[in-house]
Amino acid sequence: MVGLEHYLIVAAALFVIGIFGIFLNRKNVIVILMSIELMLLAVNINFVAFSSMSGDLVGQVFTMFVLTVAAAEAAIGLAILVVFFRTRGTIEVEDANVMKG
Amino acid sequence: MMSDFAIALPELILSLFAMAALLAAVYTGKDSLTDALTWATAGLMVALALWIGMGQTGTQVAFGGMFVDDAFARFAKVTILVSAAAVLVVSRDFMQRRGLGRFEYPILIALSVVGMMVMVSAGDLMALYMGLELQSLALYVVATLQRDNAKSTEAGLKYFVLGALSSGLLLYGASLVYGFAGTTLFSGILTTVAHDVPVGLLFGLVFMLSGLAFKVSAAPFHMWTPDVYEGAPTPVTAFFATAPKVAAMALIARLVQDAFGGVGAQWGQVLAALSVASMFLGAVAAIGQTDIKRLMAYSSIAHMGFALMGLAAGTETGVQAMLIYMAIYVTMNVGTFAFILSMEKDGRPITDIGSLNQFSKREPLKALAMLVLLFSLAGVPPMLGFFGKFYVLKAAVDADMAWLALSGAVASVIGAFYYLRIVFFMYFGAEVDGAESRMVPVQWFALVAVSAMMLLGIINFFGIEPAAIAAAKSLVG
Repeated sequence: MVGLEHYLIVAAALFVIGIFGIFLNRKNVIVILMSIELMLLAVNINFVAFSSMSGDLVGQVFTMFVLTVAAAEAAIGLAILVVFFRTRGTIEVEDANVMKG
Repeated sequence: MMSDFAIALPELILSLFAMAALLAAVYTGKDSLTDALTWATAGLMVALALWIGMGQTGTQVAFGGMFVDDAFARFAKVTILVSAAAVLVVSRDFMQRRGLGRFEYPILIALSVVGMMVMVSAGDLMALYMGLELQSLALYVVATLQRDNAKSTEAGLKYFVLGALSSGLLLYGASLVYGFAGTTLFSGILTTVAHDVPVGLLFGLVFMLSGLAFKVSAAPFHMWTPDVYEGAPTPVTAFFATAPKVAAMALIARLVQDAFGGVGAQWGQVLAALSVASMFLGAVAAIGQTDIKRLMAYSSIAHMGFALMGLAAGTETGVQAMLIYMAIYVTMNVGTFAFILSMEKDGRPITDIGSLNQFSKREPLKALAMLVLLFSLAGVPPMLGFFGKFYVLKAAVDADMAWLALSGAVASVIGAFYYLRIVFFMYFGAEVDGAESRMVPVQWFALVAVSAMMLLGIINFFGIEPAAIAAAKSLVG
């Protein structure tokens, strides 16, 4: 029997993979965009699991909003990546170093 | 149903205006309309601020509790609208002369302001998330506004990645809160925590607070701030330092008081830790900076630490102190950035602090105005900035958090060093071929008026104190 905990564990695992993808990734920015998407989708699993277990539809409505925002976020992220590539000629993470933070 | 829309009418008007302006500008004059659009946006924002400030009293709730219009939301909205309008007007000349006069800029600012207004009125996790994202998505784009510039695009990229990460953390927290409380409404969460507090709910709360700490750039979630402030065009930096900070701070206050009011002991410690870390990091890390925009970034980290101190107190006076602090903080920043926008050398904008050497010889009045502003930012007694700090420290002491107030006092003494260093350069620095300050009248007015306010405001705070008291009462009481 697959219970609520199983869904929560999968979601937590995906979420952590997403976070590590952002911080450990030294290759290129596209991987970061994918990691962000992974985090948001992990959250969606959480919402849908909670929603179906408690029989309350609000969580699924929330998921719809999250999906919409994730699409907008991906569009803006790719647009920023394109202007970044135009000025720099590269999308390697290590090359984002004009300013030292 | 109609009355729901009536309660959210200011937000509707501003978003309809933004969409109409976008269509109109695309089909007609494009960038030649920038000037008119900037004035129209700023004018509409001031009109809405007057309307919101003068209009309703009491608390109205719309859309089944998702949208709350109370004195707290109105105070925050008026601050956001007025500061956004001031930044738009002050930076108009800079944008035109540096070839940044794009018509999208005022429209994106208007949309992000709509997001902020939804944030401060949020009564539900969904409204909170949608408002926050509307604000953030517009801000990612304006950070990258100078799209042929390596620094601006890098700032946009860094802001986007870390902003998206923080939204992810916030959302994961929201999903846990929803799961363990069974509702997304703040009022429902409040009734749940009144009975007992499942540990999952606290997990969710901590995740949400981390996500929001990113947005107010509180340490240890501040790492994007210096780079984004330095890289983004100066008018955009000025905007980042004002309205979004008020909105995010008000959102934290709304979340911890309206949804988690019953477990103040839990989030009070988290906010106090964020506050101490921000105050000390902002004070110490700013000392070595040579770029005034980076310095303002660390300055804003330290100021957010002080505002969080008011919230950490968890009391009505704490919220009131935070609101007064934020109102004073944005006013000071509008004045300071009006000056930073005007710094140039041979027609090129510069942000090097060293170029301010002997500035008082070249421009005595502007140097004097900056002196007042920097003293006020540092919290030197006769200026308004001191009273902001005094109120939050007092709120912390009253809430039995004397250690927090004490560390705040120490941090503000350390922080005073770098503000006073700029004053030292301006008055006693070495002779160099330094910066000029080219100002249009509106920038000059903003600088001089704000510094005059820092001195005159100590009489009665221009009447914001009763408004802040009413606002805190509507949130906590």
